[in-house]
Amino acid sequence: MADWLDKLRKECEGAILEEEQFRGERTLFIRKEALLDVCSALRCMGFDFLVDLCGVDTGPNSEPRFYVVYHLRNMVTKDQVRLKVGTADGEKVDSVTGIWPGADWLEREVYDMFGIEFVGHPHLTRLYLPEDFPGHPLRKDYPTEGYDFEE
Amino acid sequence: MGVKRTPVKEIEIPRLVKPKEGLAEEGVTEAELEMLEKGGVLITSLNKAVNWARKWSIWPVTFGLACCAIEMMATAASHYDMARFGAEVFRPSPRQADLMIVAGTLTKKMAPVLKRVYDQMPDPKWVIAMGACAVGGGIYKSYAVVQGVDKIVPVDFYIPGCPPRPEALLQAVLMLQKKIEQEPFNNKI
Repeated sequence: MADWLDKLRKECEGAILEEEQFRGERTLFIRKEALLDVCSALRCMGFDFLVDLCGVDTGPNSEPRFYVVYHLRNMVTKDQVRLKVGTADGEKVDSVTGIWPGADWLEREVYDMFGIEFVGHPHLTRLYLPEDFPGHPLRKDYPTEGYDFEE
Repeated sequence: MGVKRTPVKEIEIPRLVKPKEGLAEEGVTEAELEMLEKGGVLITSLNKAVNWARKWSIWPVTFGLACCAIEMMATAASHYDMARFGAEVFRPSPRQADLMIVAGTLTKKMAPVLKRVYDQMPDPKWVIAMGACAVGGGIYKSYAVVQGVDKIVPVDFYIPGCPPRPEALLQAVLMLQKKIEQEPFNNKI
């Protein structure tokens, strides 16, 4: 079934830090520097659909603090895979807009909500919130009401 | 249907003509006044005439923001028929509107737009905050939501409810009519 996985292991040696399987869902933890290699390899293997791209904050004291999560699907074989890339506060992640153009707004959303910057993104600005908005509200240390609620 | 319409006759329509007040000092006798009325001449104060015209032609600007807008549309539609009170002409342009019904949640991103639309409306103008969100943020105690539209624009009437029934909006419009009636007509020019 997972021919593509063997192929990926061979093509991107050392890129996969950890593998997880939960109820038939496969998750690969990817080394951040190898993200673009893994993504373009998977794209060539037929994972042509970026289902979702989102961010996760595991808390200010966790290591790594953030994950960027990629859900990929092969529309022919219906294979699915989830990629996770760990990143710290202030670190940048490579943009996958060159591989899946649909990542454009998804990466902007992650930037808006978590403050994770994507290198190579064509127009990395806030997506939902006003441009002068202070902070990134989906971070765990952000107060739900915002900083200026009492005013 | 179980919904009861507000009968038009229950709403007090003030007479345009109140002839007897203060006319004696001006030297007009009652007999003369009667002759004038029979001849099709009405005598009233300018204040009353202008306010009477204003209160029966409140044109709201279309400003539906969330689910409350559905109730606002229902109020304007045939079943509740806001046209009975002269307020059915929802204008897409603020330049032609007198009333802003803020119907729904005002987010911080939308707030500058609301302020601009309000500023574009010509005087005299009035604002109704419709629903819990517009009144005070409602269930959204959040970084993204303005906690009441009165932080952005002055509000004349607040309608509670989530969302309010069309009857509640109609009552606000009727109360606004009463308010317009009592204002000096050149107060807000």
